[in-house]
Formats: sequence, structure tokens, C-alpha cells
Amino acid sequence: MSYFVYSLIGLAAGVCFILALKGLSTPKTARRGNMIGAIGATIATVVVFFYSKDGESLPLNNLGWILGAIAVGVVIGVPAARKVQMTQMPQLVALFNGVGGGAAALVAIVEYLNLGETASTPVVIATVFTVIVGCVSFSGSIITFLKLQELMTTRPVVFPGGRFVIAGTLATTLAAAVWVVIELGTNPLLILAALSLLFGVLFVLPVGGADVPIVISLLNAFTGLTVAASGYVLDSTLLIIAGTLVGASGTILTRLMAEAMGRSLFGTLFGAFTAKQQEATGAAEDRPVRSGSPDDVAILLNYARRVVIVPGFGLAVAQAQHTVRELADLMLAKGIDVAYGIHPVAGRMPGHMNVLLAEANVPYDQLAEMEEVNPTFAQTDVAIVIGANDVVNPAAQTTPGCPIYGMPILEVANAANIIFLKRSMRPGFAGIENELLFDPKTMLLFGDAKASLTKVVSALKNL
Amino acid sequence: MEPIAIISIFVLAVFVGFEVVSKVSSTLHTPLMSGANAIHGVILVGAIIVADHSKTNLELGLAVAAIILATINMVGGFVVTDRMLEMFKPKKGGENK
Repeated sequence: MSYFVYSLIGLAAGVCFILALKGLSTPKTARRGNMIGAIGATIATVVVFFYSKDGESLPLNNLGWILGAIAVGVVIGVPAARKVQMTQMPQLVALFNGVGGGAAALVAIVEYLNLGETASTPVVIATVFTVIVGCVSFSGSIITFLKLQELMTTRPVVFPGGRFVIAGTLATTLAAAVWVVIELGTNPLLILAALSLLFGVLFVLPVGGADVPIVISLLNAFTGLTVAASGYVLDSTLLIIAGTLVGASGTILTRLMAEAMGRSLFGTLFGAFTAKQQEATGAAEDRPVRSGSPDDVAILLNYARRVVIVPGFGLAVAQAQHTVRELADLMLAKGIDVAYGIHPVAGRMPGHMNVLLAEANVPYDQLAEMEEVNPTFAQTDVAIVIGANDVVNPAAQTTPGCPIYGMPILEVANAANIIFLKRSMRPGFAGIENELLFDPKTMLLFGDAKASLTKVVSALKNL
Repeated sequence: MEPIAIISIFVLAVFVGFEVVSKVSSTLHTPLMSGANAIHGVILVGAIIVADHSKTNLELGLAVAAIILATINMVGGFVVTDRMLEMFKPKKGGENK
């Protein structure tokens, strides 16, 4: 295959990626967009096997190893993607992003070993960039995975002098980068990789749980840029195009997500160092709360005219989306006005709730976005908060300095009655006490969301 | 490749990337991130290229690791994105805005 044809096919794959991102931006075309992206990636992968750059004969060297490795990747990747629970999707995306960053770093290292002394300075600089950012993306993504999987604390991890340690690591990493460019050698590059991995860990540790999705998006953009840089090293236009597209769109997406949460990107990354320490919440534990039975909840709902359901991560954990729909249908049959109030970042990822409720075939016209539903809470008789906490926490409006301050919330406090379905009094993902739980018009129903909702449904049926 | 050609491609791709996602509803943030994540799995192409011209066992070993990781990224990424979007499919109430 001539270089021209090879490049032309690569360009076609690049166009597929543009169409894929475009398609993914609109609900109607999103699934097709993803398909087009997959087709582009397949074309790009297949065509490498039929082109040899240096006029060497085909097939490729080490063909058995290459095909075997692809098979291993498919055997690991596909079942993981197929079997993952809806609740665990965010961390899987984080993991996939991390391994992509790791792959880019490895590609750059191999190419560097291969070129040896013959590497030109721009190529070495691009290699150094790929290794640093790829490694940061890899180790950072692993930490986000551990946080989302709750294998480690979801709170910001800050240790004394933390910011100096991070700044020091960054400075050392950059110094090592300069060293690699000047000295050229395998050992400096490996030291650089190790330092970059360490920096990735330190960089993500101080980020609080609720901000983790933004960091995943940022690391995703990083990985895109590393792919572009390795495209430069390997002289592959396709990798440059694809990587740059992801880098650019990922940056915009990160900003959009930060805006949806009312956070600045800077505040997300470095907020833990500047935020005032939370005052001790020990005193709050002893305060009385009003807890009710499923029958109390059913009675309250039965005589309501308008009910807003606010779903959160607890709904996803309990897999209660079908039960909540059953409850909504029952109320609609009784002539009660029902809407779902969807916070853009409820759950662990933006749009998490929409996906979950769509699975239960909840009609779209019942889903109200935050700006739509907030003005209606004053006319709402009952707001049912199911497994959500931070997204309705008034501290976001009233307590400057708390980690979620400034995040737009669903103003359920304006409703006549509030029902919280919770597993326990544990604070939400951001780790902040919610004053609303102690409000006199709040009733708490403890237990697994699905079990509680099932009891409420049967109680409501009997009324 | 000419440096100016590379710079031109890079700059134009940045603008295209900005443009295509500038108006996306928050509903689609997660699938879009996941889809973009799958796209950078195309680093698989790079991994195959370096595996082809690996000369030592060390190089080949690292290249094989890169291929495995990149394949997981690409294939897993597209499958998981499709699973997220599957949920949006059957709708009677029109488009979500």
C-alpha cells in the first residue's frame, strides 16, 4: 500500500472521530456517533497491518505477538465493559483512561529506546512530554478509580506541607525532563517516568470525592494530548488528529462540567489547600431527627398535589430505578402531579441519573432539569430525596468555605415537606453534614432505597 | 513531515475539538467523556507500529504491554459508551433538551 493511500485512509478515520464527537453531543445521534467512532478506530487499526513504512516486506515483524496482545486486550476489556454495574461505570471510564495514558507513555519509551542516539531534539521533547503526561494520567486515574470504588477515602487527602511536596515533586520532574533532553539515556527516562507517576498520585489525592469526575475529564484530555505528541514522534497524522481532538474537546468538556457544578477548575484542583477547615461535626450527631415509617410517607404522598422526586447515588446503588418509576406511576394514577428533579451532577457523574431513569423507561417529559424545577419547589407539597445529599445541601449556599460552597443545588428546602430516603446518617460523598436533615419539615425513612420504596408503594396502594 | 504541516494540523484540530462539543447538554457529559476516552485508544496504532520495529526483547515486551493496555482502552471504551447510550434509546416523549 502506498504512503498516499495509507494516509488517506488515516484521514478517513480522523473524520470518523470528528463525526463521532459531533454525534455524541446530541441525544438523538449519540449512539450512532459512538458507532462511527468505533468504525474509525477499527479502520485505523486494520490499515496499519497493510502498510510498512521503510519499504520492508509485510507482514509486520512480531505479528504473532501483536495479534496475541490485541486478543488479550479484547478478552480483558470487553467483559469488563459488558458486566460493569451502572453504578460503577464512572470508575471503569477512569480506569480505561488510565491504561490509555499508560499505553501512550510506553509507546514513547519504546520509540525512544529504539531511536537511541539518533533521536532529534524535538522528538526527544515530544517523548518527554508523552512520558510525563501519560504517567500522570495513568497514576492519577488509578487514584480516581480507588476513590470512586471507595477503596480509599473519598475526602480530600491533605498532609502537612502537602503543597510544598507537590510543588517539589513537580520541580524535580521538570528538572529530570531537562536532564533527559540534554543527557539522552535510558536511566534518566525511567527516573522521569517514576517521578511522573508519583506526581500523578500527589496531584489527585487532594481532590475531594465530588470533584473526581472533573478530574477524570481533565486526565482524559491529558491522555489525548499525549496521544497527539506520540503521533508526532511516530510521524502519524492520524494520531496527531485524534489526540488533539480529544485533548481539545476534553478541555472544553472539563470546563463545562466544572461550570455545571459551579466550580472553577482551579478550585477543584487546589481547593483542598485553600479551604478553611471544617468545624467539628461531632455535636451535630446527637441532634434529634424525625424518622417516619413507610406508611407515614404513603399518607403524606396520598394527599399531595405535587411531588418532586430527587434521585441521587443511593438510587443507583440500590438499583431502585424501576421501583421509583412504579411509585411515580401510582401517584400519577391518583392524579398527583409528579416530576423528577435532576441535578446535573447527581450520582457520581454528570448525567448519571438520566441514564439510570432512562433504563427504567421513565418518560423524558417527567425529567426536569435544575433550572426548570427550582422555581416550582415553593408550590411543591412533597419533595422525596432518594439517596441524594450533597446536591440538596443548603450549605452550598449558606456556608462559605465548605467544599461544595457555590455549587448550584436543588432547593428542596422550599417544598412544604421533605422526605429523605437514606441508608444512614452518614454524610454525602463530599463529607459534609446536611442541615436539612434536622429541619422540622423533614421526615427520614432509613433503609435501602429499593426496600423502602417497595414498602411505600404497597402502603400507597392500600390507601 | 514538515513542521509547519504538523503545527497546522494541530491548531486546526484544536479548533475542531472546541467547536464540536461546545454546546452539549449535561445529560451527555458522561457518555461524551467516555466516547472521547475510547477515541484516544487509537494509540493502539502507535503501539502496533513500535511493536513492528522493536529490536530487543525489552522493547518488544513494553510494546506488547502497550498494545494490551491500548486495546483495553479502545475496545472497552466503545463498548461501555454504547452501554450508557443504550439507555437513551427507547423514548416516546421526544428529544431530551
